[in-house]
Amino acid sequence: MKSRVVVTLKPSVLDPQGKAIEGALKSLGLEGFASVRQGKVFDIELQGVEGEAADRRLREACEKLLANTIVENFHIEHD
Amino acid sequence: MTKPLKAAVLLFPGVNRERDIARALSRAGAEVEIVWHHSDRLPAGTDLAVLPGGFSYGDYLRCGAIAARARVMEAVAEHAARGGLVLGVCNGFQILCEAGLLPGVLMRNAGLKFICRMQTLRVETNRTRFTRGYEAGAVVTYALAHGEGAYVAAPQEIEALERAGRVAFRYCDADGQATAAANPNGSINNIAGVYSAGFNVLGLMPHPENLIDALTGGVDGRPLFEALAAA
Repeated sequence: MKSRVVVTLKPSVLDPQGKAIEGALKSLGLEGFASVRQGKVFDIELQGVEGEAADRRLREACEKLLANTIVENFHIEHD
Repeated sequence: MTKPLKAAVLLFPGVNRERDIARALSRAGAEVEIVWHHSDRLPAGTDLAVLPGGFSYGDYLRCGAIAARARVMEAVAEHAARGGLVLGVCNGFQILCEAGLLPGVLMRNAGLKFICRMQTLRVETNRTRFTRGYEAGAVVTYALAHGEGAYVAAPQEIEALERAGRVAFRYCDADGQATAAANPNGSINNIAGVYSAGFNVLGLMPHPENLIDALTGGVDGRPLFEALAAA
C-alpha cells in the first residue's frame, strides 16, 4: 500500500527558507504569493500492513524519526 | 597519581571534528578513544562521551536526526542516565537534541547563511564540571562553523531552562552583553549551549576545541578541556 507523509513546520516556528522562496517568487514578478512555508514529503510503500495498523505504523515512524514534533507537524495520506 | 579522565569520542559517518576534539582532550591530560557508531557499548570505564562536530549522515532529514538513532546512542543515553558526562559540540549538540538528551532543536540560521568565524560568548555559570575553569560571566572567544544553529524550544521549555540556570553559554558582544546584534543565528535568548537537568550533559554550537593553541587563534577553549580532564 502506498502512503504519503507530509511534514510541515508548526505555524509558530520561523521558516527562513520559506521566506527566501517567497522573496524569490516576488522578485520573479509573480503576484499573489502572500506567504510560503517549506515542508517535506515522504512517499512510502508499506508491505504487510493495512488499514488502521498502517496508520499506527506511520504515526510511529513520524513520531520516532520523520518529524521533530518540537517544531514540526505531520499529516498522513493513503492512496 | 590519579587516574586520567577516560573520554570516548564517537565517530558517525560524516563527522569531521573528531581529531580536533580528541587532540584538545588528550593535550589536557585525558585518555581518548575513538568509538565507531555501530558499537553497542562505550569502552569500559568511560567517564566522558563526546559527540564531535561535522555533518553526520550528510545532514539528511534533519541535522543529527539519523545519528541520534545510531546504535551507540543507546549506550550514551544509559551513560547519561547514570550521571556520566556527555559533551556535544555543533553537530554533536544537534544529535543530543534529536536524541532527546537535551531539550529543543537547532534550526536553520535566521540569516540562512553558513557562519564560519570567531564569536564571543558569555559563560553563564562556572559551577559545572565543564566550566569550572572559567569565571562566571567571563567573555570567551570560540569558533562558529554552522548553518543550523538557531536554538529553538517551546516557550515553557525556555522558561524552565532559564529558571534552572541551565543555559551554559550565550552569544554576546565583546562587553558580555547578549544583545540582538550579537546573536549570529536567531537563537532564542542568544542561547549558544545548554545543560541537561543534572548538568552532566552539555551541548553547544561553538567550537572550543579550535581554541587550544595561541598559534591557531587563541586558547579560550582550553579551560573547558582542562576542567574536564582534572578529576
